[in-house]
Amino acid sequence: MLRTSVQNKINFPNVLEMVSSEPLPLEIEHDAGYAIQSKDLRVYYGDFLAVKDINLKIKYQKITAIIGSSGCGKSTMLRAFNRMNELVPNARVTGKVIFSGVNIYEDSIDPVEVRKRIGMVFQKPNPFPKSIYENVAWGAKINGFQGNMDTLVEKSLRRAVLWDEVKDKLDQSGLSLSGGQQQRLCIARTIAVEPEIILMDEPASALDPIATLRIEELMHELAEEYTIIIVTHNMQQAARVSDYTAFFSLEDESRSGVLVEYGETQKIFTNPDNQVTEDYITGRFG
Amino acid sequence: MWVTIFRGSTAIGIIALLILLVNIANGAFGYAMIEFEVNPEELTEGEIAIEQLDKDALVQVLQDNVSSGLYRRLENDKPFAERDHENVHNLVIEWVVKPQVAYQWTLLDSLLNRSEIQREAEEEFPGLELRFVSWLDTEFITNPQSGDPIKAGVRTAILGSLWTMLIAFLFSFPVGVGAAIYLEEFARKDRWINRVIQTNINNLAGVPSIIYGILGLAIFVRALEVFTSGSIFNPGQLAGNGRTILSAGLTLGLLILPLIIINSQQAIRAVPDSLRQASFGLGATRWQTIWSHVLPSALPGILTGTILAVSRAIGETAPLVVVGASTFITVDPEGPFSKFTTLPIQIYQWTSRPQDVFRSIAAAAIIVLLLLLLGMNTAAVVLRNRFSKRI
Repeated sequence: MLRTSVQNKINFPNVLEMVSSEPLPLEIEHDAGYAIQSKDLRVYYGDFLAVKDINLKIKYQKITAIIGSSGCGKSTMLRAFNRMNELVPNARVTGKVIFSGVNIYEDSIDPVEVRKRIGMVFQKPNPFPKSIYENVAWGAKINGFQGNMDTLVEKSLRRAVLWDEVKDKLDQSGLSLSGGQQQRLCIARTIAVEPEIILMDEPASALDPIATLRIEELMHELAEEYTIIIVTHNMQQAARVSDYTAFFSLEDESRSGVLVEYGETQKIFTNPDNQVTEDYITGRFG
Repeated sequence: MWVTIFRGSTAIGIIALLILLVNIANGAFGYAMIEFEVNPEELTEGEIAIEQLDKDALVQVLQDNVSSGLYRRLENDKPFAERDHENVHNLVIEWVVKPQVAYQWTLLDSLLNRSEIQREAEEEFPGLELRFVSWLDTEFITNPQSGDPIKAGVRTAILGSLWTMLIAFLFSFPVGVGAAIYLEEFARKDRWINRVIQTNINNLAGVPSIIYGILGLAIFVRALEVFTSGSIFNPGQLAGNGRTILSAGLTLGLLILPLIIINSQQAIRAVPDSLRQASFGLGATRWQTIWSHVLPSALPGILTGTILAVSRAIGETAPLVVVGASTFITVDPEGPFSKFTTLPIQIYQWTSRPQDVFRSIAAAAIIVLLLLLLGMNTAAVVLRNRFSKRI
């Protein structure tokens, strides 16, 4: 079931394939079941190697959590998945990120196209200083959405479980909402573009526990349609929401982030293979 | 202790400002003795006031009281049949009555020693008219420049100032904002060339204005004369003169360009990065991000900075002296290729005249200039508030 839906998605003509000058890759076979995967990925900031040789295969329509101590490259890794790192001056990437059968770091790939299909929600809610309606509609508009915009806005807000709270004040500023509502507005804005993967960079760290809970519930619902990758500092959150967990840590001598262990959340939190993971999970360091 | 010092500093600033305002008002208003070459009452035999004569009677008065040569010259300039009543009346005042200021008192004197002034006036200037004159009146604003201080106005200077400001704005706003967008959003700050450019822009903002005047003289007045004089658009016309409004506006535009760039850069830099990230995260291009999010958020700051820069330009005198503002010009500027004068030039020229009365109209012109500045700064505040509220 999973496999067929993936195949359908890939066989559809898509923008990335049209942009790509390469013949359609054979890697589709290896893609099966995985939404996106990194191969020997390294990200440098200037001379500093921030994450080193990451090989990570993200399961299709599952929630994958990336955990680890501060500064171990979790966010860097997340941003490598939709080329947001390029906005940082001096950032450089080697290795591959395979999405829809192509390496998104190929010269022929336009990062703008990548970000259309791999959306992102940020740590601090950052709605545009525009109306709630425009916040949701803008992304779809610039991506050439042709259908009924009102319907799309309503659908996106409903999926972000925000519709009932804002349906009477769509023309008010997005900044007039509470922090939790703003974050759900940002999620609605992201899904209005209809991406395939949603990257979330500590989406609940600036919110109170109740708002956090709502975001987590929302993520469960979204996982029925989307692949979600979430970076979090909160281990309970990772345990609660994710299906798979990737544990990152700092390599001692180089201070670069490395992938220590990756597997089903259940296993990582109960019976990790690696001693470092266990120490971190049980709170013995970090 | 420190608070006292800070209060003292503030007080010094306020006192200096008050002295300035009092000084200007002191010159612009006050009692004056008006002396007539021919008393208007004599012209009409004391029956009615001269303003009430009809046009033909005024023409008759003119013919009776000026030399026939002058009368023919006026007739040649424009036949009396075609002149209106007001125009003929002005000619009578100008050529027959010839009012002159014999003596004047300052505003403070006029207010404090009124009776003494009246006594003095009767003793020393028997038979002359003592009037309280406000040099700043509607006629002062609507009259063109004139050699006669009583008739002189600032209309040509105001129009000249507005024209040069308009051209300076049209030139420097798009260029300045464009440069700011490039430097903030596109240029890589770690490249040495961009750092050199940035440092140079900061330095250019501090270059004395007269140097811009010399630059403007070399480039716009001399090198681009066919263009700035407008002769390129009129083939067949002889080479024109490059000392036009266009040259002055472009020179002032160059002068305020660095200010606009720096102000716009600061406004753009103040736009939070999270906004750009949100936009890029939705698959927006750099230009879509700038156009839809960065510029609207930065616009209030950019507008305020620009208007403040233009306010600086409106008070500039030195570069215009070099570029060649006319000091005496009585016809309104008609377009970018006209000769021109501006308010500061006019003030400068009037204050350098030996007669006291020119200092009074200079004071009145200063008030006009200050009001213009105040108006522009108010516009800046209103614009900023309007654009900030929209969000």
